[in-house]
Amino acid sequence: MKTPIVTDTTLRDGSHAVSHSFTPEFVGQIVNRLAEAKMPVIEVSHGSGLGGSTIQQGFSTHDEWLLIEQAVANKKDSKIASLFVPGIGTRPEILKAAEYGVDVLRVAVHCTEADVSQQYFEQAKKSGLGTVGFLMMSHTQPAEVLAKQAKLMESYGADCVYVVDSAGALVPESVRERVSALKDALSINVGFHAHNNLGLAIGNTVAALEAGADQIDGTLRGLGAGVGNAPTEVLIAVLNKMKLDTGINLTILMDTAEELVAPVFKYPNIIDRDNLASGYAGVYNSFLLHVREAAVRFDINPVAIIEELGRRGAVAGQEDWILDVALELQQKELIK
Amino acid sequence: MEKIKVAILGSGNIGTDLMYKILKTDGAMELALMAGIDPESEGLKRAKELNIPTTAEGIEGVLGTEGIRIVFDATSAKAHMAHAPLLKNAGIIAVDLTPAAVGPYVVPAINLGDHLELDNVNMISCSGQATTPLVYAVNRIAPVKYSEIIATISSVSVGPGTRQNLDEFTMTTANACQKIGGAETARAIPVINSAEPPIMMNNTVYAVLHEETDEAAVVASIDEVVAEVQRYVPGYRLKGKPYIDVRHTPWGELPTVIIMNEVEGAGDFFPNYAGNLDIMTAAAQQVGEQFASHLLKKGGVIA
Repeated sequence: MKTPIVTDTTLRDGSHAVSHSFTPEFVGQIVNRLAEAKMPVIEVSHGSGLGGSTIQQGFSTHDEWLLIEQAVANKKDSKIASLFVPGIGTRPEILKAAEYGVDVLRVAVHCTEADVSQQYFEQAKKSGLGTVGFLMMSHTQPAEVLAKQAKLMESYGADCVYVVDSAGALVPESVRERVSALKDALSINVGFHAHNNLGLAIGNTVAALEAGADQIDGTLRGLGAGVGNAPTEVLIAVLNKMKLDTGINLTILMDTAEELVAPVFKYPNIIDRDNLASGYAGVYNSFLLHVREAAVRFDINPVAIIEELGRRGAVAGQEDWILDVALELQQKELIK
Repeated sequence: MEKIKVAILGSGNIGTDLMYKILKTDGAMELALMAGIDPESEGLKRAKELNIPTTAEGIEGVLGTEGIRIVFDATSAKAHMAHAPLLKNAGIIAVDLTPAAVGPYVVPAINLGDHLELDNVNMISCSGQATTPLVYAVNRIAPVKYSEIIATISSVSVGPGTRQNLDEFTMTTANACQKIGGAETARAIPVINSAEPPIMMNNTVYAVLHEETDEAAVVASIDEVVAEVQRYVPGYRLKGKPYIDVRHTPWGELPTVIIMNEVEGAGDFFPNYAGNLDIMTAAAQQVGEQFASHLLKKGGVIA
């Protein structure tokens, strides 16, 4: 098994868990510690990517360019990545990211829609950025479909394509199948991004490594959308035990997770009813807080909303369907 | 009754659906030519079966046909840039269904009457046709500080043109929400959903207001505009009742109108879920009808 390249995405995926309220000071501190720990890549942006500060995705409390500025100022030898979702972001944001000193653009699309990403990969390359493709909601498609979609991204200029378990719905066997299919089809790196809805974030990441994954993601203390991700510090401890030496300093990660990240949690990232329902129904994790808000407002069980979103096949970026579903369920209740 | 001769340029999906719409309406237009560049295309084959004159010579075929007064350009932005001056020189009105936007944006329910003397108008985008009327309906009652629209469309109904030019689609739609809808600033976010069976086109409009307003007046204005659009897109309707919520925004806690809408297609050539394609062709047909009636009123002479 080869030693993977690790990306810490606390400052991007974690943005969802704190309703996009990271301050520039916090970002500066965390990047400083991660860089000191020799984290190869650190992702910073709104949880839904560049330009994500909207009514639909949730407005950021601080301008994301101020966050990125702090990240770049503290990065030392690490690389700074930003997420980019076509449609939420547009090409001017890619140019701006390059100007601000971002090193890597991670272009995320629903896992059947890779062909909308061409103009963005081309722009990122033209702007001198490293490029990663993110196939979101990978549990919804079989391995062959994902491999074909990944192949398209490779042809557009991706340096790496990730199998992204946005709903935390995959199990080790289904992770292995998907990662293996991409490894067979591509000549570039293959990555895996986990969520912990079924308690498998670390286990699935190990399964991805067994299947040949070159890159993996984590977030400090697991701070990420919904129930969160593979905790970076736990991941490094596990890799150390597996004799895969990333050169990343575990002590610094443990201290940073404990002292700086734990205090910013707004809710405990335990696998409670809503998070388990979400993973089980295959629903996008970033919906969690929006679902809880709608459930309170319309006095409905959040699990009923989550299950209906799963039935409808909601994809990333469809927060407005939460409102639609909640209103519909409320109507049904009234008729009863 | 005298009719105005029109041609459809582009024998792909949009052109073919528009053909069926024009044929089933006994209005001011006579479909005199279906023009494509591929003699084997489905659109040209279907036109021939219906005894509509066809040409596989594209724009040359259109310019070589006597008496064409209006052309619906359903090709591509790049092609329309080349077609526009040729049509203008020939004194032919262009209804542009591409993102080229050589002429001004038109939404039949809002501003078509202002542009009937022009020789080139642009149909924006499917989500522009669906959402700008809703922004406009709010803005005429209470000025809109910021509008954000989410246009959700089924994966199978999004063609390669849109997929390769998602940025243009996004920016054009946001632009139209400002220029036609009247919002001070605007964002548009397309979402492509690949669920099976395919989902119907649905849109959410958030309109952030400067200050509180009379909710009933806003809802009445929206209902009125929806009825106006329904005259040419029968499957255009609200989902639930629009309402005003107070939302946390970068400008403080502000009243925000939330409107949910869906568009069911007429099923002329596209399946019913493809309301996004249907609203483009239905709106273009409406634009053509108005131009044709206007020409007839003027005695068929272009001033």
